Amino acid sequence: MAEPLLAIKNLKTYFISKDAEVRAVDGIDIEVQPRQVVCIVGESGCGKSMTSLSIMRLVPKPKGKIVDGEIWFNGRDLLKLSEDEMTDVRGNEISMIFQEPMTALNPVLTIGEQITEVLLRHRKMTKRQALAKAIEMLQFVGVPRASEIVHEYPHQLSGGMRQRVMIAMAMVCEPKLLIADEPTTALDVTIQAQVLELMKKMREDFNTSIILITHDLGVVADMADHVVVMYAGQVVESTDADSLFAEPTHPYTKGLLASIPSLEEEKDVLYSIPGTVPDAAAFPKGCRFADRCPIAQPSCREKMPELREVKPGHLVRCDLV
Amino acid sequence: MSENLLEVRNLKKYFPITAGLLRRTVGHVKAVDDVSFTVRTGETLGIVGESGCGKSTTGRMIMRVLEPTSGEIVFDGQDITKLRGKELRAVRPKFQMVFQDPYASLNPKMGIEEIIAEPLIVNGVNRKQATERVIHLLERVGLRADDRNRYPHEFSGGQRQRIGIARALALNPKLIVADEAVSALDVSIQSQILNLMMDLKKEFNLSYIFISHNLAVVRHISDRVGVMYLGHMVELADKRSLYADPRHPYTEALLSAAPEPKRQGRRERIILQGDVPSPANPPKGCPFHTRCPKVMDICKVERPALKQVAPNHLVACHLYN
Repeated sequence: MAEPLLAIKNLKTYFISKDAEVRAVDGIDIEVQPRQVVCIVGESGCGKSMTSLSIMRLVPKPKGKIVDGEIWFNGRDLLKLSEDEMTDVRGNEISMIFQEPMTALNPVLTIGEQITEVLLRHRKMTKRQALAKAIEMLQFVGVPRASEIVHEYPHQLSGGMRQRVMIAMAMVCEPKLLIADEPTTALDVTIQAQVLELMKKMREDFNTSIILITHDLGVVADMADHVVVMYAGQVVESTDADSLFAEPTHPYTKGLLASIPSLEEEKDVLYSIPGTVPDAAAFPKGCRFADRCPIAQPSCREKMPELREVKPGHLVRCDLV
Repeated sequence: MSENLLEVRNLKKYFPITAGLLRRTVGHVKAVDDVSFTVRTGETLGIVGESGCGKSTTGRMIMRVLEPTSGEIVFDGQDITKLRGKELRAVRPKFQMVFQDPYASLNPKMGIEEIIAEPLIVNGVNRKQATERVIHLLERVGLRADDRNRYPHEFSGGQRQRIGIARALALNPKLIVADEAVSALDVSIQSQILNLMMDLKKEFNLSYIFISHNLAVVRHISDRVGVMYLGHMVELADKRSLYADPRHPYTEALLSAAPEPKRQGRRERIILQGDVPSPANPPKGCPFHTRCPKVMDICKVERPALKQVAPNHLVACHLYN
């Protein structure tokens, strides 16, 4: 296979305070190929958002800290870059969109000011050129009246339009990698469908790789080439999207898929995974899913299972499958 | 067929928009505009729709926490629309509500026993009996009797939602309005709560109005489903009929836009253009005509009535006239 665009190796992001060490991301490996859409899926607190913030080196300070690992992007280890070099990467080579476009956009700057800021920082452009480019980008992402909207403020737009503005801002420098953290979770389904189509178009037209972080397996089925399932700070399953849905292998992945009600078929009783996610400040010694797992053996609680290849390209962190 | 527990007739809620120094009314937000439906004893009616469609306002009017602008709410044979004071308090125990946000809907300063016992004490149950009832309810919703001495912050989202359900059940209600009751929960927890609600319904012979934007969840829990758009009920049918054979173009688009967690045999997606119009200035004629892929001339002029097109299947659309 070709050289990956992004390779995360053994990344560990901890939150360290006086009396606790919260292991939000605990040794994960993820690769993203050029033009690939990789979905990271998992429930609240599994570390999926911290993974993306770690790639951007935006882990909340001072408690949050990347304690180990490498993040290779385009031949460089991002964790070794200086803060200035990293600023050249953000918004230029890697950009990010967030769940809540109202809090991610600055309410006191116009849409135009916010988009041109990116261009003025990363490209040698005059203000006028930057504004023209911003309008062009807004039209491209399907914002109507783009030449007027550049002079308006975020609160004047609907949620779907704000998310389009976020995408325009993220894509204006044509980054190689777009990280989208729950980009459609706050949107209604018909608007979600529009935004997902738009992201596919971005990939087609700009050859951008996408890391899409979501808790919604429906969105994963729609968008992903490759899927990474996270649980309690670790990768528990990693495979291409077709085999994930055809042959989910880790008991957690199976449980997740079985507990979603379907639009198309009748299920009498939904499967439910018993219990809750373990406390990230006090993970058990063995498998972190053992307490909720229907097939757990005593040995699972003794030793942490390795992420191993059960079929070519299909990695699972479970010794029993 | 069992009798109707609830009949809602021509319910409307217009919120005034005021302006200027004298707070003169300059217009209305038509949040709910002429909605009628029934709920039979032991039935679950699902109400789906996107933000601003009026589904929550409808639920809150039925709970009599919002005053309807006009229309009638007949509960258990009694018109409760005009009840006040003592008479209203006498019927309130029979209908209760479960809210979306398990963090905001429990008073953080009150212990769990106090939270669940409050409705009992208000209705004249003595302390000792109230405590017994609290223990019984906690055990029934899957918590422990000891939990009554703890505070809301000590519980996870799923557990708090169980507490909210226990509180709603305290007075043996006949009807529970659940407004986005599982929307804030992770999927593995969501299925636990859905299963609990379905068990409790059988055990206590409850009826539910289950309000949600999640079509798959509504399908799972409901017997009949109503689809709302911009303050109107546009389709109301048995769930099998609605999901297998949606008649209203909005329902069709909504169903096609919701991503199913599977890769094979996905249905063609209908992408609606634009956003939902503002309920302060709704379009003339059919509320959906501005986004409808099958729009005809008559739709722009005349509002279609909700009519029966198949057994137990009502649609408000000119295509079926």
